[in-house]
Amino acid sequence: MKPALGDYIAGIRVMLPLLPGAVPFGMIAGAVAAEAKFGAAAGIGQSIAIYAGAAQLASTQLVAEAAPALVVVLTGLVINLRFAMYSASLAPHFAGLSFRRRAMLAYLMTDQSYALSITRYTADSGMTALAKARFYLGGAVAMWIVWLAATAAGFILGSRVPPSWSLDFFVPLSFLALLVPGIRDRAAGLAAVTGATVAVAASGLPFNLGLFLAATCGIATGYFCETRWASKKPQQGES
Amino acid sequence: MDATTLWLTIAAIGIGTFALRFSFIGLSGRLALPAPLTRALRFVPAAVLSAIILPAALRMPEGGLDIALDNPRLIACIVAAGVAWATKSVLATLAVGMGALWALQALM
Repeated sequence: MKPALGDYIAGIRVMLPLLPGAVPFGMIAGAVAAEAKFGAAAGIGQSIAIYAGAAQLASTQLVAEAAPALVVVLTGLVINLRFAMYSASLAPHFAGLSFRRRAMLAYLMTDQSYALSITRYTADSGMTALAKARFYLGGAVAMWIVWLAATAAGFILGSRVPPSWSLDFFVPLSFLALLVPGIRDRAAGLAAVTGATVAVAASGLPFNLGLFLAATCGIATGYFCETRWASKKPQQGES
Repeated sequence: MDATTLWLTIAAIGIGTFALRFSFIGLSGRLALPAPLTRALRFVPAAVLSAIILPAALRMPEGGLDIALDNPRLIACIVAAGVAWATKSVLATLAVGMGALWALQALM
C-alpha cells in the first residue's frame, strides 16, 4: 500500500465509530427542515452550504418561528464561533500546504474531525503537513458523505424514529468519547469541568452565546491554572 | 420567510461559517501566533467539547435542562465517561452509554 493511501485509510478508520452518531443528528436536521417547509433544495442544500449540525438545527428552528433573517444568521454564526478556535489550533499543522488544500480542509471542519486530528497530531509529532492533511481528509470526507445522506434521508422520511428511543443521546456520547481520552492533566480536566458548568449555567443566554462563553471560561481556567502551577513549582523546589 | 430570503440566509451563514473555519488556517505561515495564545489553544478541545456535551445530555425533550442528580441521562453520561476513560474506545462508550440510558429509562 502506498503511504499516502495509508494516511487516508487511517483517517477513515478512526472516524468510523463516530459516523453512526451523526446519522440520527443529521436525520433530525433534515426532518426539522422538512417540517419548517423548506424546499428539498434548501433543506438538503444547507447541509452543503453550512455543513454544521447545531447551527443548521438552530437556524431552521428560528426560520420556523419566523425570526428576522439577521437574527437567524447571527445565531448560526455564534454557534459556529468555536470553528475559529479550532482553526487557530490546526493552523500550525497545515502551514505550507497550498491555498486550495487549506480551503478544502477548512470547509470540511467538524467537531469530530478536529478532535480526532489534533489528538493524532499531538501523539505523533513526526507527521508531515501533507500526511496530516491526508489523515484529516480521510475522516472528514467520510463524515461529509454520511452527513449529507443522513440529512437527505431525514428530509424525505421525516423523523420516523420515536423520541422515546433517545437517539439524540448519541450526539453527547460521541463527543464524550472524543473528550475523555484527550484529558491528560489537571489543567485540561479543570478546563473541561469549567466549560461544562458554565455551559449549563449560561444555557438560557440568547443565540447560544452560552457555548462561546463556556468555551472561553474553560480555556481561560486551563491556561490560568497551568501558568500558576508552572510558576509555583520552581519556588517549591528552592525551599 | 420567502424562498429568496431563505436562500440568502443560508448563503450568509454558509459564507460566514467558512470564514470562521478558514480564518487562521488561511493565514497560516504568514502569521505566527503569540506563544501564550498557542498555549491557550491546547485547552480548546476540552473546554468546547465539554460545553457541548453537558447541556446536550441534560436537555429535556420539551426544552430546558434537567439538572436533577437522578436524571437518567446524567447518570448514563457519567457511566459512559467512566467507560471512555477506562477503554478509550468510541464504540464501547457509545454502546455502554446508550445501553445505560435505555436500562435506566426502563427502570425509573
